[in-house]
Amino acid sequence: MTDDTDPETFAYDQARWTDDDERYEPLLSEKNTEAVEVETSLPDELTRDELELPSLSEPELARHYTRLSEMNYGVDSGPFPLGSCTMKYNPKFTEDVAVHPEGLVHPDRSADTVQGTLRLQYELQNYLGRIGGMDAVTLQPPAGAAGELTGILVAREYHRADDDDRSEVIVPESAHGTNFASAAMAGYDVVTLPGGEDGRVDLEALEAALSEETAALMLTNPNTLGLFERDIVEIAEMVHDVGGLLYYDGANLNALLGRARPGDMGFDIMHYNVHKTFATPHGGGGPGAGPVGVTAELAEFLPDPHVRRVSRSDTDRSSGQSPREGSDGTYERYTPDNSIGKLHGYAGNWLVLVKTFAYIARLGDEGLADASAKAVLNANYLAEQLEYEVPFGPFHHEFVASAGEQDAADAAKRMLDYGVHPPTTKWPEIVEEALMTEPTEAETKRSLDQLAAAFNAVRGDNGETLETAPERAAAGRIDQVAAARDPELSWQALDEK
Amino acid sequence: MPGPGGSLGVHRKAWYAQVPMTANGSPYAPHADADREAMLSAVGADDEEALFDIPDDVRFDGEFGIEARGERAVRSLVDRTLSANDDLVELLGRGHYDHYVPSMVDHLSDRSEFLTSYTQYQPEVAQGFLQALFEYQSMLVELTGLGVANCSMYDAATALGEAATLATRVRSTSGSRVLVPERLQEGRRRVLDNYVSGHDLAVETYPMDDGTADVEALASLADEETVLVYAETPTVRGAIEERADEIGTLADDHDAMFVLGSDPVALSVLEEPASLGADVVVGDAATLGVPTAYGMGIGLFACREGYLRQVPGRLVGAAEDDTGRRAYTLTLQTREQHIRRERATSNICTNQAWVALRTAMHAAWLGPDGLVELAGDCVERARELAARVDDVDGVRAPVHDRHHFREFVARTDRPAPAVADDLEAAGYAVHVVGDHEIQLCTTETNEDALDGFVAALREIAR
Repeated sequence: MTDDTDPETFAYDQARWTDDDERYEPLLSEKNTEAVEVETSLPDELTRDELELPSLSEPELARHYTRLSEMNYGVDSGPFPLGSCTMKYNPKFTEDVAVHPEGLVHPDRSADTVQGTLRLQYELQNYLGRIGGMDAVTLQPPAGAAGELTGILVAREYHRADDDDRSEVIVPESAHGTNFASAAMAGYDVVTLPGGEDGRVDLEALEAALSEETAALMLTNPNTLGLFERDIVEIAEMVHDVGGLLYYDGANLNALLGRARPGDMGFDIMHYNVHKTFATPHGGGGPGAGPVGVTAELAEFLPDPHVRRVSRSDTDRSSGQSPREGSDGTYERYTPDNSIGKLHGYAGNWLVLVKTFAYIARLGDEGLADASAKAVLNANYLAEQLEYEVPFGPFHHEFVASAGEQDAADAAKRMLDYGVHPPTTKWPEIVEEALMTEPTEAETKRSLDQLAAAFNAVRGDNGETLETAPERAAAGRIDQVAAARDPELSWQALDEK
Repeated sequence: MPGPGGSLGVHRKAWYAQVPMTANGSPYAPHADADREAMLSAVGADDEEALFDIPDDVRFDGEFGIEARGERAVRSLVDRTLSANDDLVELLGRGHYDHYVPSMVDHLSDRSEFLTSYTQYQPEVAQGFLQALFEYQSMLVELTGLGVANCSMYDAATALGEAATLATRVRSTSGSRVLVPERLQEGRRRVLDNYVSGHDLAVETYPMDDGTADVEALASLADEETVLVYAETPTVRGAIEERADEIGTLADDHDAMFVLGSDPVALSVLEEPASLGADVVVGDAATLGVPTAYGMGIGLFACREGYLRQVPGRLVGAAEDDTGRRAYTLTLQTREQHIRRERATSNICTNQAWVALRTAMHAAWLGPDGLVELAGDCVERARELAARVDDVDGVRAPVHDRHHFREFVARTDRPAPAVADDLEAAGYAVHVVGDHEIQLCTTETNEDALDGFVAALREIAR
């Protein structure tokens, strides 16, 4: 019988495939490599002499990758309260929907022959528009950071259309690192905004930072401490008063579904992280998608192409053809008037977007609102169960506990031994030895109780136990400093040793 | 453009009328009533709404107007929507290719320990994915001959864009010219334009000669202000670049970075880029691992070891754990945005890791024999189809007197758009690339339909 307050009773050991004293599961190249002579009908001077790569049968590969998967921890393995990452459960049916054979078409197909795909794109644009309170949404950016770059390029072109060459983007110091990098990629000087005591925007500091050079302020809401920016309307007015635009980082949108919309708060541009809010799997670091929503005023700057619906009567007039049976219009690609161009070679990570559509269509209004409600309830309940200090609150989707005297990174390693994934550590810096925790709506009370027990057990562990953790993961503590000092990035590099 | 609450309400009704509704809350928020009560009581709230600290003036109390549906209903909705796509045989390529992906790749990459995991910030519980990415990097090192390959960029276009920004960090001159072929897949060119727009770089084109680079024209254009020369093999016209080594030398003479675009299938037989003088290789690695997917791919990015500290994107390195065994970890993270912020080498965070896993699986499944055979077939199939098409009255193929890979350009006596329209009506999708030029791509996935295609072209081309 498990005791939900004693993590020893529900801890599990991750598979550790130990080949010998030197290594765990051998590399493909160590299992069998063959050099094959390259012979083709091409002239020899155009071809390589040989190709040397692993050569293994399918049964051997199936075992290789199954073992590797067993040495990997995902949401389906256990709790994954990684702050700011919204590691919620990924519904399985969306995988099947995404690879529907009729949807696996080439991006250069004519619009007439891919009406189904265009319709899904159009419907998803509109779903997202309604959820964010935005007038137009592009699906093209292939990840959140690409969405940020897209949004900042939209802001840049908006200003340039007025012959206004603003040079600065303001980013709060507690923002995601991508905000700074994306603004810099668009050629802007980044102005870092110091935070207030609770991580919220300090209006005086904002006033000081704003000027006629301000192209945009990038903000997430709720902030990384899980606190809502209560002054958001005033912030929007201040930014707009100097002619700047307000950008919403969608990383924390899971806190607000059905209760507040960035568009209603005065944001002009936002990106959605579909792999956070809309449950598409993270896949070990992508593919994600970062659709961008804008106000009507900015729609003309969106990437090319955009998808729109042409009503039945328009179609009748233009082509003289009768519309397809059962359809209520046709769909077409078009170039927005002052489009910023392209951010992906084609239409972005389309298969991920199909999963997004399926998730939203499954949940509907009630389900989306419930997801936020339970995510917020879970965060507050978990915060309440922890023996670590948890400053601020009440919270929305996440909170930041302090590991206090402990090193947060060590505490995280120890949590691995209790069968749970640790929170994000040492960020934001406003909380000492931060444990940034976002349980998401996917955890039951029992799961949260076990998670709390894991946190509390780690809090009681002594220094040496923490420093030598983990004991039960697929590998022991890894020396990342040494790895960076002497980088070996391929099996070829290992062979040269 | 309709706003969030606009005409969509009416439209929605028509579309969803046939779909049965289900569900109230999220089926993926599994809270029993008693648990919910206990949790609310523990946090001292009457209901969840009390926990939202949102001022009234920005509170959204409306509805999105999105109906909840059962799982089966959503599947049927998507089925019916996608059934509006025409069932065409595609002879399409130009940067996005369809090769047969073995079932093993789906079944093993879909294991949820892989699929539902996060970026490997806790390497001790992510050894499996890290090793798979390390293997992916190693395969690209073999295929390119270059010392470093990263875990992925988004796609070929963004990889090219990142190569240009890399040039600004490693250039030895103050130059700003980026030279690219005049014929380039549109998305690659336009993404490049956006990536350089925040830097002091200017993209210029050099002419092509019979489907590949006009090396003489390029030589007269390149100067000390040139920081990057980009070429492709195969080119967007499907031709294998025969003078890539001369382009490499030319770039080197001007201390410019030579960036070569290709893909892992082509690289399985073509001369390895490092011996051609390439400093960076970009391209779409999803020619392995992903079928036709409306343009979704994975950006291949490999470069010389000398650029290591300036590489964009994630890198997996070998490491040791406290038992002394070899393990793997993300490394050189001080290049990245979460540490270096606005001075990072790129803003990329989430990339295409799971696609990289699939690409590596597919490459491993083929093995060196299978890769060489597949690549050889890409040459043979294009040659055979070009010969058959050339035999059709009113068509000449290939237009270019080059070796081709997967695809080639054909000249049509009739205007190409008319030919393409008629082919579409007959069930075949082809590219129109000129007033009298169509482009045809063939792989193992459409070869069974080529008899029918040639017969249709015979009817249409005259």
